[in-house]
Amino acid sequence: MSAPVAISACPACAAAPLAEETARAGSERAQGEVMLSLPTIHCAACISAVERALSAQPNVAEARVNLTLKRVAIQGSGALNVGDMIAALNRIGYEAHELDPGTLSATQADRAGRDILMRLAVAGFAAMNVMLLSVAVWSGAADSTRDLFHWISAAIALPTIAFSAQPFFRNAWSALKVGRLNMDVPISLAILLAAAMSLYETMMSGHHAYFDAALSLTFFLLAGRYLDHRTRAVARSAAQELAALEVPRAIRLKDGAETTVSIAELAVGDLVLVRPGGRVPVDGTVVSGSSEIDRALLTGESLPVFAGPGAVVTAGEVNLTGPLRVRVSAAGEDSTLHRMADLVAMAETARNRYTSLADRAARIYAPGVHLLAALAFGGWLIASGDMRLALNIAVAVLIITCPCALGLAVPAVTTAASGRLFRRGMLIKHGTALERLAEVDTVVFDKTGTLTLGAPEPTNLAAIPRPQVELALALALASGHPLSRALAKAAQSAGIEPAQLTDLAEVPGFGVEGHQGAQRLRLGRAEWVGTVPGDQTAVWLQTAEGALVEFTFADSLRPGAEAAIAAFRDQGLEVHLLSGDSVAPVADLARRVGIDTWQAGVRPAEKADYVGDLAARGKRVLMVGDGLNDTAALSAAHVSASPASALDAARVASDMVLLGRDLAPLGRATITARKARRRILENFAIAAGYNMIAIPVALLGFATPLAAALAMSASSITVSLNALRLR
Amino acid sequence: MEMLVYLIPISLFLGGLGLAAFFWAIRSNQFDDPEGDSRRILNTDWDDHPKP
Repeated sequence: MSAPVAISACPACAAAPLAEETARAGSERAQGEVMLSLPTIHCAACISAVERALSAQPNVAEARVNLTLKRVAIQGSGALNVGDMIAALNRIGYEAHELDPGTLSATQADRAGRDILMRLAVAGFAAMNVMLLSVAVWSGAADSTRDLFHWISAAIALPTIAFSAQPFFRNAWSALKVGRLNMDVPISLAILLAAAMSLYETMMSGHHAYFDAALSLTFFLLAGRYLDHRTRAVARSAAQELAALEVPRAIRLKDGAETTVSIAELAVGDLVLVRPGGRVPVDGTVVSGSSEIDRALLTGESLPVFAGPGAVVTAGEVNLTGPLRVRVSAAGEDSTLHRMADLVAMAETARNRYTSLADRAARIYAPGVHLLAALAFGGWLIASGDMRLALNIAVAVLIITCPCALGLAVPAVTTAASGRLFRRGMLIKHGTALERLAEVDTVVFDKTGTLTLGAPEPTNLAAIPRPQVELALALALASGHPLSRALAKAAQSAGIEPAQLTDLAEVPGFGVEGHQGAQRLRLGRAEWVGTVPGDQTAVWLQTAEGALVEFTFADSLRPGAEAAIAAFRDQGLEVHLLSGDSVAPVADLARRVGIDTWQAGVRPAEKADYVGDLAARGKRVLMVGDGLNDTAALSAAHVSASPASALDAARVASDMVLLGRDLAPLGRATITARKARRRILENFAIAAGYNMIAIPVALLGFATPLAAALAMSASSITVSLNALRLR
Repeated sequence: MEMLVYLIPISLFLGGLGLAAFFWAIRSNQFDDPEGDSRRILNTDWDDHPKP
């Protein structure tokens, strides 16, 4: 009788030093600044509540909430206790998670954004001032006054162009160096030619100078660039935040002492301790201890697997019940996780081959404009023999056709669309993800962790006699195993009281046992109570009389899963289900959510092949998955999404991440994407329409700086307003 | 027309002042949290007396 007591006492004594150690590690790290993620914060009252609660904590010098990023930065005047701060926030009703500041190095993106914003501000300032002077010229300033105004304009415009238009010049140069044309080539050419020609005209006291056009062109195009950058920066910082939530550490055992080290420091042959509830950090072999291992993220199996000495474990698996000592066989770069990541990197390049709408437009547009300007120059040179006039008209053509509206057409729409999706809880990580999402006609779901939460719930509780449920509840309460916890939760919410049992003890890897009087009861694995496991997730109760009762479990459905699938079907998309799990649970789930096409027992490579086959048949596939077994398929798909709870490798592989638990936003995302695509095409049409009117005018030599300024502003503003209609 | 000699430099100077203010605002991180700042003005914390 004393043995089980000793076992039950052991996890507790192992847990106490752990708690102390976490607290110490937390306070040591927290000497300077601490960052907490606050996913539920949303209003003015939240800001002051959070800041007040944190300021009341010892050693907090300042706490400042950033509502845009949903984070709080805490400056300490001494040692800070992160655990206490999180607990304090939880008490006033806010979820808080510590962020690893090392992973959150957003400074580089910030600097790039700040750089564009500075250039934008300078361009805006200069454009407005020059426009002011130009209005005077347009309204009739003549002779020396006009020349003076042109000279002042030149003095403002030339340095501004040299500073603000640099990003375009740089991009155009790098494209020309490798012998290619991109959108920045006609932009740079138009800006430079307009500036040079205007300077020449000013020196010759000519009538038309295009300084205002060159500047407003720079300004509008920089505005497009900035929007583009901002969307990406928001997505990047949110993705970084997801990564920063998992601090990659492992507990190394050396000469009996435990040290917490980063995974990168582990070497083959080291001994690592994996606590219950922790993720296995490396590939290796179990040396001692017994437990159950959840490999749902790697294989999609919903049944936990028994692991004892000699069992092989893989990085990414979750240890459920007992502590395990693992001998490292592959760490870091060589682990299965990293080999998967290589696979993802390969697929990334394939995805980059997708040509975005903007690129396709630029490919037609850039040569067309150059040809047109060259024709105008040649035509007028032959017709009039006047070099200066011909050059003037060619420059006017370049300026008027310049892709102001084209430069804004795509970023304005993607900013509006990604902002809208972000507020609904979806993060768009990849630049062309929205365009690809709009083309989707088939959706492939993974089961465990994607359509389901990976959390079991009992299915046959109502069919079991109450006294037996009471016994099971008493045993289940003594265990931290997910199945036990699910059973206890369901039984308690049904109002069932636990039976009186004594000497409760958990046997890691097997189950719980207890005594009723002198008789032993067990709740646990089928083999442990002496029976054969079925094909469903189940725990068995062995009563005092020796009777066996099976409690079956099914994965609980992710909220919004049914809604998302229904939405996809309403839009006429095909929905498929692929799972690495066994047939019974997959069939059951498919029936519950209403998917007709499903496959069970699919291996990771087969998933990718399945997606590849669909693509070969001309289908555009949206793959939704969360595990390591899905990464290959996620990369192979036309576009992919994963929930925030997914393994890091899966999130990296996917184009979109669902930030909440709810799957429903996914069903509406395709609608938003299609709308966004339509807006982009409309914007191209608007830009083309303006050009259709403006080009003949310019070719005939009637274009004045005023006409150019009007055409440019009008088309840019129309395009931006059209993008805003998406909201 | 002689007024232009004064007016143009003045207008450029005033515009430049605005530009300099904007640069200062960017450099001192005032655009880091536009969402939060728009909510903070609704905060009732220091309505009755100034922050000590």
